[in-house]
Amino acid sequence: MVPITYYLLLAAALFCMGMFGVLVRRNALVVFMSVELMLNAANLTFVAFARMRGDDLGHVSAFFVIAVAAAEAAIGLAIVIAVFRSRGSILLEDLRTMKH
Amino acid sequence: MNIELILFGAFALLTLLSAGTVIFARSPINSAMALVSTFFFMAGIYVLLWAHTVAVMQVLVYAGAIMVLFLFVIMLLNLGESPTRGKPTVARVAGGAATVGLFAVLAIILLKLPAEPATLSTGAQASFGTIATMGQVIFTQWLFPFEAVSLLLLVAMVGAVVVAKSRI
Repeated sequence: MVPITYYLLLAAALFCMGMFGVLVRRNALVVFMSVELMLNAANLTFVAFARMRGDDLGHVSAFFVIAVAAAEAAIGLAIVIAVFRSRGSILLEDLRTMKH
Repeated sequence: MNIELILFGAFALLTLLSAGTVIFARSPINSAMALVSTFFFMAGIYVLLWAHTVAVMQVLVYAGAIMVLFLFVIMLLNLGESPTRGKPTVARVAGGAATVGLFAVLAIILLKLPAEPATLSTGAQASFGTIATMGQVIFTQWLFPFEAVSLLLLVAMVGAVVVAKSRI
């Protein structure tokens, strides 16, 4: 079988790519997608450890993460729509209200 | 070289390529389509890990429901392509450096993990990862978190309607 370390390294790489997207991209929607990548990386870690330990708790954790990600996507996209309606842009550098 | 390793390599490579397309694509719609394919390839990886239920949920919930929501919002907002691209600003260089640093630290830690314990033999745990076992675990040990998640989804739904509504 494939060593668990490979799966964990893949999850780490995915998490880092998601983090890069969050840090660098200016489009709020793409930032949300990068957050989804990071959540998926966490899920992959849970499932890999569940396979290693041979119990189902990691799968349950992944189930809860998916449910919370669905809630997060609904709320986040609603906020994006509201911001676009009031500001006319979802580029993050245009949203400076919280900076001052 | 066994077939499992070949499949893992193919799925991992395709996952990383799709994820790279998500963060580097110019228009959000291309990012969203690349994210869909990332989720599909990750579902393949979950199957390799014997997490069949999680793989099905990945396709149904992530690639189905959440991505439809994303595409709907992208279409609704009718965004153009991002205006500038490729200029290495300070923020981009710093973000890249932080990303590489984090991956290096994680890789060092993961490579120091002890070798895995006794591997599962095929057939010894035929119920591992099936929806029956998962349901049993969720509805006995994790019933309260399960109900809390249903409440969370309800609150998120109502909140999304309230936030996105033009006039309350």
